Amino acid sequence: MPVFFEKKQLVTPGELLAEGDYLPGENTYNQENKIFASRIGLADTENKKVNVVALRAFYLPKPGDIVIGTIVEVGFNGWTVDIKSPYTALLRASDVLSRPFKPQTDELSQVLNAGELIVAKVASYDRAHDPQLTVSEPGLGKITRGQIMRVTPTKIPRVIGKKGSMISMIKQVTGCQIILGVNGVVLVTGKNLEDEELAMTAIQKIEAESHTSGLTDRITQLLKDEKAKQEEKKIE
Amino acid sequence: MSTLLTRVRQKQIGQMIDAGKRLDGRTLTDYREFTIEEGLIERAEGSARIRLGKTDVLVGVKIETGEPFPDTPNDGVLTVNAELVPLASASFEPGPPDENSIELARIVDRGIRESKAVSSDKLVIESGKKVFVVFVDVYVLNHDGNLIDASALAAVAALTNAKMPNYEIEDGEVKTKTGYSPLPMKSHPITVTIAKINDKLVVDPQIEEEQVLDARISMAVNDEGNICAIQKGCAGSFTPQQIIEASKIAQEKAAEIRKKLDW
Amino acid sequence: MSEKPEKLIDKKGIRLDGRKADELRPLKIEVGVLPNADGSAYIEHGKNKILVGVFGPREMHPKHLSQSDRMVIRCRYHMAPFSVQERKSPAPSRREVELSKVIRESLEPSVFVDLYPRSGIDVFIEVLQADGGTRCASITAASLAIADAGIPLRDLVVACAAGKIDDTVVLDLYDAEDKLGVADVPVAYMPNLNAVTLLQMDGVLTPKEFENAMNMAIDGCKKIYPIQKEALRAKYMAAREELKEEVEE
Repeated sequence: MPVFFEKKQLVTPGELLAEGDYLPGENTYNQENKIFASRIGLADTENKKVNVVALRAFYLPKPGDIVIGTIVEVGFNGWTVDIKSPYTALLRASDVLSRPFKPQTDELSQVLNAGELIVAKVASYDRAHDPQLTVSEPGLGKITRGQIMRVTPTKIPRVIGKKGSMISMIKQVTGCQIILGVNGVVLVTGKNLEDEELAMTAIQKIEAESHTSGLTDRITQLLKDEKAKQEEKKIE
Repeated sequence: MSTLLTRVRQKQIGQMIDAGKRLDGRTLTDYREFTIEEGLIERAEGSARIRLGKTDVLVGVKIETGEPFPDTPNDGVLTVNAELVPLASASFEPGPPDENSIELARIVDRGIRESKAVSSDKLVIESGKKVFVVFVDVYVLNHDGNLIDASALAAVAALTNAKMPNYEIEDGEVKTKTGYSPLPMKSHPITVTIAKINDKLVVDPQIEEEQVLDARISMAVNDEGNICAIQKGCAGSFTPQQIIEASKIAQEKAAEIRKKLDW
Repeated sequence: MSEKPEKLIDKKGIRLDGRKADELRPLKIEVGVLPNADGSAYIEHGKNKILVGVFGPREMHPKHLSQSDRMVIRCRYHMAPFSVQERKSPAPSRREVELSKVIRESLEPSVFVDLYPRSGIDVFIEVLQADGGTRCASITAASLAIADAGIPLRDLVVACAAGKIDDTVVLDLYDAEDKLGVADVPVAYMPNLNAVTLLQMDGVLTPKEFENAMNMAIDGCKKIYPIQKEALRAKYMAAREELKEEVEE
């Protein structure tokens, strides 16, 4: 039962990964008992499953995902939200207003206007309908401070790290609040601009080097060095 | 759109083809019955109408005079246009030629041009100044599948009965003489379109078959049995082996049609 | 107007540009070159210079063009006015319309269109300089741009043409050979699936010559495929190389 790649090998779409008694995992497909890669990424096996961790993919919503989106349009009874996925999402007015919605008197653009950012949860999504969002849980809602950056969605797990170790370290050293949208949009809120930029630089570095080894050490080093520089500047 | 096939029908077509048969009783390599009527539009210099099953295509040939292209001063001009007239199908909309009518025109053009069907060197009235310009207009009247083969056959038939006015040069001026001469033809290319359905090759797809096909391939064959144009179409694929098989089928069918039409 | 050369291939089997019958023109491909596109690629194949940008998957505009059960692929093949010897009008020609269609049909078999209903992708091909075989080079680059956009594919699509000049079947015709030669056979191919997704031919070939030309074009595709894959890999390996340098210093 052959496997045709080495662990964490960089594979391209159409590359033959395995033949025989294997199951197609993430970013792979099977045809006539053979498993092929469907995206560029790093190939790996998990028991009998062949997976490819994609280095480049777009975000497809799943119910329960926490995402960060931009209001695109104020509609009749809700808002259209860009969550950086092939489908625009909908946020109903009734979800945001804690009371029944009155179209004649409620001015939706005053609650949320085009161009504003929100943190929301994907309430529902299926093949036939655009994703529906909800903000009616604690921690969700309009974003008023901080900076936004984008990360390829497939790299978000690497930014989080094992049991959240990587993201916790960044938060601790920079003192920033960081919300990682599953859709690859990240919100960084710090006490000052330098802290925010340091956090963003660290995250960018993780995205660029996610498929290499020794990354955790290099990030730790980067944060340590930059923080030290900041302290020096303060003394001067 | 009323032209969408139900899943039940799609399945039925697939099952029959797996068993080597088609909805209308043909084998996988049979053409539908066809008839060609020539010279029915007197105002046109040449015309022909084909009925291939229920597919109905009328081709008119207009011959005018004009300037040759600067890089071919001793050749006449041939141009092919196709109209998917709205009355031919619920899916055709009025408007400028879309990609389907442009592709159809260019496939028909390629077969005629590459086989040198029309002797363009005999279309010169005055070298570099005045030549015959042959307009071939394909008019699809009813779409029941395989517009390519129907249009290509009708186009060649229209060209064979086309007549051009006689000209002569008198005192440096071009003047018309009485009478007409037949358009000089050197070859009669025949285009055969083969569809791939459930991995089987099916000749002359009828409209419902076109809606379930994976891909199609059209090959134009000249009098000598050589291939002068090929176009693979639609969003599927063929293996190289299937293409070679298709080319054999195309040659066979072209020879049959050539015999039937006495071309 | 330059004179027509007497022979396109000499007795020793050398063509006017110095190549042998089965030799490809030089090829250079780069992936991820347009910052605003979701995916992009640039190819130089002989004197051809072609840039491809892909947007999507995204919602289709106008909405009525979308399909409820699958993704729609739109493709626009366009030549810049300065790309050819005699300035070409920027308006789409009939040739460009046909090529846009056949190129789309060559790429579509590689895309899992059923996975993303109601969405669409736009493939924009701009030919900046043309010297024969632009549709093939466009397909090779477009497939990379689609992969670069993170769209799942069954395989990359690679394309190459073969044809006949004088009495010889040759690989990868450039413009002069296409115009003055006997036949041209462009082929697009998915190597891992042995699937031909584009096949055209103009000229006159015996059935045997056609078979030889098609097989030669497929061999050409197989030669280009590793270069195509490498261009895709190179974009993602760049970080790795930078890293190696850092560590060595």
